[in-house]
Amino acid sequence: MYRYDEFDARLVRERAEQFRGQVARRLSGELTEDEFKPLRLMNGLYLQLHSYMLRIAIPYGTLSAPQLRKLAFIGRNYDRGYGHFTTRQNLQLHWVKLPDVPDVLLELAQVEMHCMQTSGNNVRNLTADPFAGAAAGEIEDPRILCEIVRQWSTLHPEFSFLPRKFKICVIASEHDRAALLIHDIAIHAVKNEAGEIGYRVYVGGGLGRTPYLALEAGSFVPKRDILAFLEAVMRVYNEAGRRDNIWKARVKILVHQIGIEEMRRRIAKEFAEIKTSGTLELPPEEVERIAAYFAPSDFATLPEECPEFEAAKQGNREFAAWVKTNVHPHKMPGYAIATISLKPIGQTPGDCSSDQMDGLAAIMDAFGQAEIRVTHEQNLVLPHMRTSELFALWQKLVPLDLATANHGLITDIIACPGLDYCDLANARSIPIAQEIAKRFADPERQHDLGELKIKISGCINACGHHHVGHIGILGVDRKGLENYQILLGGSGAEDASLGQILGPGFDREGIVDAVENVIGTYKTLRRDGERFLDTYRRVGAQPFKEQLYAH
Amino acid sequence: MPQILTANRLVLGEVVYWNADRGWVTRLDDAQLLSDAEAEAALKGAAEWVQKREVVAPYLFDARLQNGIPVPSAVREAIRAAGPTVRPDLGKQAG
Repeated sequence: MYRYDEFDARLVRERAEQFRGQVARRLSGELTEDEFKPLRLMNGLYLQLHSYMLRIAIPYGTLSAPQLRKLAFIGRNYDRGYGHFTTRQNLQLHWVKLPDVPDVLLELAQVEMHCMQTSGNNVRNLTADPFAGAAAGEIEDPRILCEIVRQWSTLHPEFSFLPRKFKICVIASEHDRAALLIHDIAIHAVKNEAGEIGYRVYVGGGLGRTPYLALEAGSFVPKRDILAFLEAVMRVYNEAGRRDNIWKARVKILVHQIGIEEMRRRIAKEFAEIKTSGTLELPPEEVERIAAYFAPSDFATLPEECPEFEAAKQGNREFAAWVKTNVHPHKMPGYAIATISLKPIGQTPGDCSSDQMDGLAAIMDAFGQAEIRVTHEQNLVLPHMRTSELFALWQKLVPLDLATANHGLITDIIACPGLDYCDLANARSIPIAQEIAKRFADPERQHDLGELKIKISGCINACGHHHVGHIGILGVDRKGLENYQILLGGSGAEDASLGQILGPGFDREGIVDAVENVIGTYKTLRRDGERFLDTYRRVGAQPFKEQLYAH
Repeated sequence: MPQILTANRLVLGEVVYWNADRGWVTRLDDAQLLSDAEAEAALKGAAEWVQKREVVAPYLFDARLQNGIPVPSAVREAIRAAGPTVRPDLGKQAG
């Protein structure tokens, strides 16, 4: 993984010290709250429902064991012994104290981490495919471009005060495991007919109050030109994006207001001007320098078949069930990708205790895993496990309560912190996720339903990605009481689509029954091999509506 | 409907409520229910506490008295007063 050079290291250290001074000035009264608020937000510090919340950047969702140990240490010593992994592949601490935050930033700096650009109207922490470098058929490791863009966009003076926040995602596989098209800029590495690697760039995706999938702005941007192209997009947005209305300020609104053709024309004009100067052409040697940090692991030559793995599956049904859902093919024979579910039945999706983090770091050391990945689905991934060691891994995960066999199933629910923590939320998300998981906890029932993605947001800001859930749930405020709308038919994968609201919402007591009703309709209507989403797309909303609102 | 003045402490971020006799208190049970006129005056007065760096983000919310205890109208304020419903070991509810 990428290692800081002296400039990176100095930057994050100086940033921590700068924030120490800002906190001191706030506490002494030299800065008012109005003056201090944008400064704390630039360092990922929010004031939430019960306390301050610190959002820690995990660039493209990749962590080393020392970084994970540091997060465990910070959680234990500066928070309440846990953290919450988010749909942005970040980590949130929900109980920090203002005077402690500069120390936390210094602790993070020691392991090459920070909280910059996890808030504010700038280019946010980039996200990527959590299977990067491990997935079969991948064109290149998407994190190479992520790192280049991270360096380009960090404290970029022109793009530090955009009309609104700006999210960029990169993938390099046909399978989309990063919800690509819901980002402001979505970059998909592709090959042209000559076999050269370039980038298909989409613009204008986003959820929230006005959800859109991103539209294609460039079908094949050559590698050397990608920063120039991104800068062109940013300049068009920075100049023409609305600043008078927070709800209409994202680039998605601009793209859909002027149309993608006009957006392409404006981007092309800016791109031509930038190209004339030639300053943003990516030097191949610099790309190679950064790519070297993401060079493929030193994989051993292993046979495809692994008798001891097969024997372990035969001998242990629980392990076999975990393999079925949580283990995925690796590009190298004899290796596998292991998803560690942060969705134990009845627990908070995405929460991970300091003890669990320490346990995982020990597991990484034990199995020679240099990296662990955070997924936008609020799970973790060990990307390069030897198949022969999967049973031993699983045995170590069980006592940590990290061996839940539910990846991709109905209980693998995305849920934002919701009204249990978040100042913006209108309704709770976590208890709904917990109750649905308990209702469908039976493993046989889960497997019978197959792939089914439920995503829950506690407000229209959609941190829980409800628009792209096969079943989406949106919590709203109805005269001071929680109410929940159901959306069907969304997808954040390569078959991306936005779900549609089914009808009137349900109260806190009725929402889980309503979900069960929808599932029942699917079971009645499904054909052999059809996922929930397939059935919905074939039959439409009407049969679901008829059953749900029959009484 | 009566209202309660609330804010967060600057240093800890902790939720607090206004009581004219006791100042900023940490438990909702100790909060003072204010009439419209009292509420408006209390909110104006909170600016001074913000200035003194005691609290930030003061605002009013609706509440009523039930069995002698203030009860907020909105779920949000009930959760804010107690702590996360999914973690009874955290927040004010944890004691």
